[in-house]
Amino acid sequence: MHIHFLDPYQPRTSPIHALDSRVKLVLVLAYILTCALTPIGAWPVYILLLALIFSIELLSSLGIKFVHRRALLAIPFMLAAFPVIFTNGQTVLFSTHIGSWQLTAYAEGLERFISVALKSWLSVQAAIILASSTPFPELLQAMRAIRIPRLLVSLFGLMWRYLFVLVDEALRLMRARQARSGESGKPGARKGGSVAWRARIAGGMAGNLFLRAFERSDRIYMAMVARGYDGEIRALPMPPVSSPAWLALGGGGSLLLLLLLFGILFWG
Amino acid sequence: MHYAPQPMHIPDGFLSILVSIVLWVITIIVVGYAIRRVGKDLGERQVPLMGVLAAAIFAGQMLNFTVAGGTSGHLMGAALATILLGPWAAIIVMTTVVGVQALIFQDGGLLVLGANIFNMGIIGVAVSYWVYRTFQRLTGGRKWGIFVGGFLAAWLSIVVAALAVGLQLAVSGISPANIAIPAMGGIHMLIGVGEGLITLGALAFLYAARRDLLHIGEAAPKGGAAVWIGGLVIAAILAIASPLASAFPDGLEWVAEQRGFLDTAQEPLYNIIPDYVFPGITNEAFATIVAGFVGVLIVFGVALGVAHLRRSRKA
Repeated sequence: MHIHFLDPYQPRTSPIHALDSRVKLVLVLAYILTCALTPIGAWPVYILLLALIFSIELLSSLGIKFVHRRALLAIPFMLAAFPVIFTNGQTVLFSTHIGSWQLTAYAEGLERFISVALKSWLSVQAAIILASSTPFPELLQAMRAIRIPRLLVSLFGLMWRYLFVLVDEALRLMRARQARSGESGKPGARKGGSVAWRARIAGGMAGNLFLRAFERSDRIYMAMVARGYDGEIRALPMPPVSSPAWLALGGGGSLLLLLLLFGILFWG
Repeated sequence: MHYAPQPMHIPDGFLSILVSIVLWVITIIVVGYAIRRVGKDLGERQVPLMGVLAAAIFAGQMLNFTVAGGTSGHLMGAALATILLGPWAAIIVMTTVVGVQALIFQDGGLLVLGANIFNMGIIGVAVSYWVYRTFQRLTGGRKWGIFVGGFLAAWLSIVVAALAVGLQLAVSGISPANIAIPAMGGIHMLIGVGEGLITLGALAFLYAARRDLLHIGEAAPKGGAAVWIGGLVIAAILAIASPLASAFPDGLEWVAEQRGFLDTAQEPLYNIIPDYVFPGITNEAFATIVAGFVGVLIVFGVALGVAHLRRSRKA
């Protein structure tokens, strides 16, 4: 069993996949920034941003359904923003008593909550498109292009390279635990041992994983040295940004700027 | 197998721009310094060691154990990384982990990545280091000091990081301080026990198998004092500020309200669809529904247009 399913990249042929990864990264960051800066309650701007991201989802032939299955990740955090409905504003929506507590929902609070939820939903879609339409090595190149420290970029690359190896290792450890601790598949059946014992076993597995990683990193280092590694990670020089890519950057950037100005002028 | 997101990663949209920028600046300074430090201490061995350990932490976050009723304990790994690698390398490893989680798995946003690195990387590591180091000094490196210190370091790193998340949400005006901070803190006092127990188990295993790895600071012998003080200060500030902020939310609310006033004080320059209702329809509720309907039509119109263009090009 291998964990290729962890890799979010979906190989397709689409203009979004073909777009220069540097341009894609910058545009995605600009899109998320636009979402963040759009004022609370600027609904038409949110709708236009949604139309934009839906179009890109279709254009990338990833499909809206695919993106949304992944976008569910951000939902649990919505709980954190939920109380804001009951705390600020002047226009009372409704008011209820729960025990001795009085809960009053305000229209302004609701507006704020929905705006935050929309912002984070839009942003996460943009991030999913980036990750699903760009192979990781190209993403590393893009990170290098926007001047993220070389050491961090090479660490990202190394982590990515060995992620699958170590997740495989973790899965093997878990399979071994399952095989030896008599876990019943029946729902409601008692799990083996006390909670503290189970935690200790999980801890032992974590320690084992770390130890294997330590030893593996030694071997990797020696292999690297054997191939001439001298502390410097070298990469091919990046090709120049093509003119269609510049056009996409300029077009996308000005569209986002326009949307942002529209939002700030009318609702800011 | 599943990839389980943790409630500590803030998604985009939940922090105000100002908070995001301030935390980005702090993160860039600290991580930048850490990169220079580690480069000096570990030399060329650092890249494979830290890269593979970052992958191990990511994989370790999949290890879980059932607690009760479908819930399970997980590992975040900041404390374990700090104990094994020393503070500076641990900051870089956690930065790598959190960065890849955001970029690839959308676990945490990109614009708020600075805040997430600050919470899990910098706060988590500094607090772990402070607790673990203190216990080491007090017990003279004895066995129980390693275990108790490791457990408490893991637990406190989770709780303090969660308080920081709550505080950031409150300052951003997303969640009221008197709810966000106790809720985040309370939940993570329980989650932190899971983290502490796994860390304890890992330390017990490593103590039996490779005792030499457990002497923190051997990889980075000097300069730990700054992190020790940093951890103490962060823990102290958050321990004092969070209850204060949640008991007297006025201060934070004042900040949020000022911004709220700024939001509402400026009248919109023009009103295309006045008060979000549609012109020409008198019933307000009905007009709102119509406005929403028109919006949805725009979205689907544009999306269908794109789909159509695409299909006709393929054909």
